[in-house]
Amino acid sequence: MTAEAGSLTKAAPAPSGGTAARARRSLGARLAERVSGGLVQVFLIVVGLFWLVPTIGLLLSSLRTPQDMAAGGWWQVLTEPSRLTFQSYEELLKNGDITSSLLNTALITVPATVLVVVIGALAGYAFAWMDFPGRDWWFLAVVGLLVVPVQVALIPIAELFGKIGLFGSIVGVILFHVGFGLPFAVFLLRNFFAEIPRELLEAARLDGAGELRLFLRVVMPLGGPAIASLGIFQFLWVWNDMLVALIFSDSGSQPITVALQTQVRQFGNNIDILAPGAFISMVVPLAVFFAFQRQFVSGVMAGAVK
Amino acid sequence: MASATAAGSSGPAAPQAPKSRRSVTGTRKAVAALFLLPALVLLGALVVYPIGYSLIRSFYDQSGDSFAGFDNYRALFTDDGIRTALKNNVIWVVFAPTVATALGLIFAVLTERVRWGTAFKLVVFMPMAISMLAAGIIFRLVYDQDPDKGVANAVWVGVHDTFAESSAFPKAHPGRESPLEPAGGGAFITKEPVSAGQTVVLPLVGVAPDLMPDGAEKAAAARPEDGKITGTTWQDFTRGKGVGQLNGVDAAELGYAGMKIEAVKDGEVVASTKASGDGTFSLPAAADGALLRLPADNFAEPYNGLSWLGPSLVTPAIIGSYVWMWAGFAMVLIAAGLAGVPRELLEAARVDGANEWQVFRRVTVPLLAPVLAVVVVTLMINVLKVFDLVFIIAPGSSQDDANVLALELYRKGFASDQPGIASAIAVFLLLLVIPVMWFNVRRLRREVRR
Repeated sequence: MTAEAGSLTKAAPAPSGGTAARARRSLGARLAERVSGGLVQVFLIVVGLFWLVPTIGLLLSSLRTPQDMAAGGWWQVLTEPSRLTFQSYEELLKNGDITSSLLNTALITVPATVLVVVIGALAGYAFAWMDFPGRDWWFLAVVGLLVVPVQVALIPIAELFGKIGLFGSIVGVILFHVGFGLPFAVFLLRNFFAEIPRELLEAARLDGAGELRLFLRVVMPLGGPAIASLGIFQFLWVWNDMLVALIFSDSGSQPITVALQTQVRQFGNNIDILAPGAFISMVVPLAVFFAFQRQFVSGVMAGAVK
Repeated sequence: MASATAAGSSGPAAPQAPKSRRSVTGTRKAVAALFLLPALVLLGALVVYPIGYSLIRSFYDQSGDSFAGFDNYRALFTDDGIRTALKNNVIWVVFAPTVATALGLIFAVLTERVRWGTAFKLVVFMPMAISMLAAGIIFRLVYDQDPDKGVANAVWVGVHDTFAESSAFPKAHPGRESPLEPAGGGAFITKEPVSAGQTVVLPLVGVAPDLMPDGAEKAAAARPEDGKITGTTWQDFTRGKGVGQLNGVDAAELGYAGMKIEAVKDGEVVASTKASGDGTFSLPAAADGALLRLPADNFAEPYNGLSWLGPSLVTPAIIGSYVWMWAGFAMVLIAAGLAGVPRELLEAARVDGANEWQVFRRVTVPLLAPVLAVVVVTLMINVLKVFDLVFIIAPGSSQDDANVLALELYRKGFASDQPGIASAIAVFLLLLVIPVMWFNVRRLRREVRR
């Protein structure tokens, strides 16, 4: 269920033997090719617009006053760009609930990502390069947990956290994300670490390195690409989560997704909070997407099974 | 601490399996346990324990005090809310993955043929980066019922009105002492028959000034013409006494540009025309002695688009937003698979005279079948758990109609305090993914045991 997919920018290999084949084709066939090529371009442009317009709609809506929003659709600004304003953003950033929930999002996401990477790497290394009884069976058990839906754990963990006082706290939300991030982390890193050439590890070993040194100085640096993919996947997973936080956080510890979903109940009257709020919550994931395209794609591809 | 493990080192052993990943340091079991401990403790407490707990809890009643047997599971198929959720989940699992995969396949094949394919892929893949919450808010805006606000209905109404002309005068009606009377069904008809060479006045009132058609000009009185019936239809805006003349064309009044007029004799339409910008019209001699009728479609309410988030369309609409998010995922995986398809095969088929469709259908798709299967199964698992999109996009009034299992679990477990039934739903979801779990483990067992 996992695939090391190429990035978006990987070009398809050029058709081989193209010139010879093409020379044999008639003028009519080449003309038909041109026309169908044009149709393909038109089709893809229309589809591309279909995909862009919803997001553009949100962006432009967030840049209008509530009065303008009540008066008509966001596309009106296309003819009146002077009516765009940052007013809603300014109001939003004065809203204490929103700013503190943005902070909570960061306070949940960063530790949940770091912990999954570190704990997953420790276990992944142990599964890849250490000897202990039943090693492969333990690993397969972890792999089996990959597809367990988070829904299964909501009620039991809510009761558990209630008993030990973690319910409603940021720590509880982080722990839950770490628990459900680990199967994928262990799976991905163990497989990557297992490909490290044995000679490298032996050379380090002959230099007198112990397990911890080997792990920190050899395995972790060599695991860079897999760790980057995992880190980006987990970061986005937690940043974008609403369900887990909806249950395990309270009004003081809620991230931006939960703060915004309470507003959705009165959709229409508060578009001046929802539109800019949603856009602010999207800025970080989109930045990660554009900055780390390759790692992003391989991370999402490998982890989509979650 | 780590250096202590060096003592037991016996060099690169494992002669029986050259590719073995036996420890190079001869690790003591205690060290291995230390490396594994954090992961195993967290997995045990947060993933394994809840599975067992849910399983047991699902056999107890809502308070958790007494054993209830299969009652909670029976509720899965008898409770109306859960049955709707089940039905919708089936719709989701059947349509969302197949549509997303089909689109991904089409996009992956077509982007290979344009130079800006990478830019296209970026655009389609981008929604994968954002939260379902943000996507939900985006599509709440898209699906807004008001065609002046929601882009889906704006486009839909635009397309609809291109093919079915919309009426321009929804609230127009005869005023005082009008020569017109209602003809049933919303149409209006003259009280007296008209004759050739005569001019007719067809005044109405009730259209708000800003709703008059763009082509409306100042109304003009028609000139009589031999052998024809001429006339004017306009907004006879007579406010009180002294301002304008009742049933007469005044300077400030606007013509009903585009109003349809039919001449009716014995219930049959013998001639018809449309008013020009100033409201004037003319009918041929055939209309002599007929009654003039303004048909009802002049006055129909304007088409207001589809109720996307109403009870009947809400699930397809939300599936649409899901496809918007996940078609890019399918596209990128399939494009990666496509890059591995030998070009010679496609080229050979073309040389043999296959057209592009045949190449696609007979060569590309069969070669991609394994990738397509992976994509569809991955999306199916993902779709089983869909929650956020439904929770955000479905308005309160149609949330029952859009219900899915994950949402029902949340409602039962956290809103209506029925943890027994919620646990049964959780176990049911788990059962559905167990085949995939088994498949994953079996495939990996071969690799692990190399």
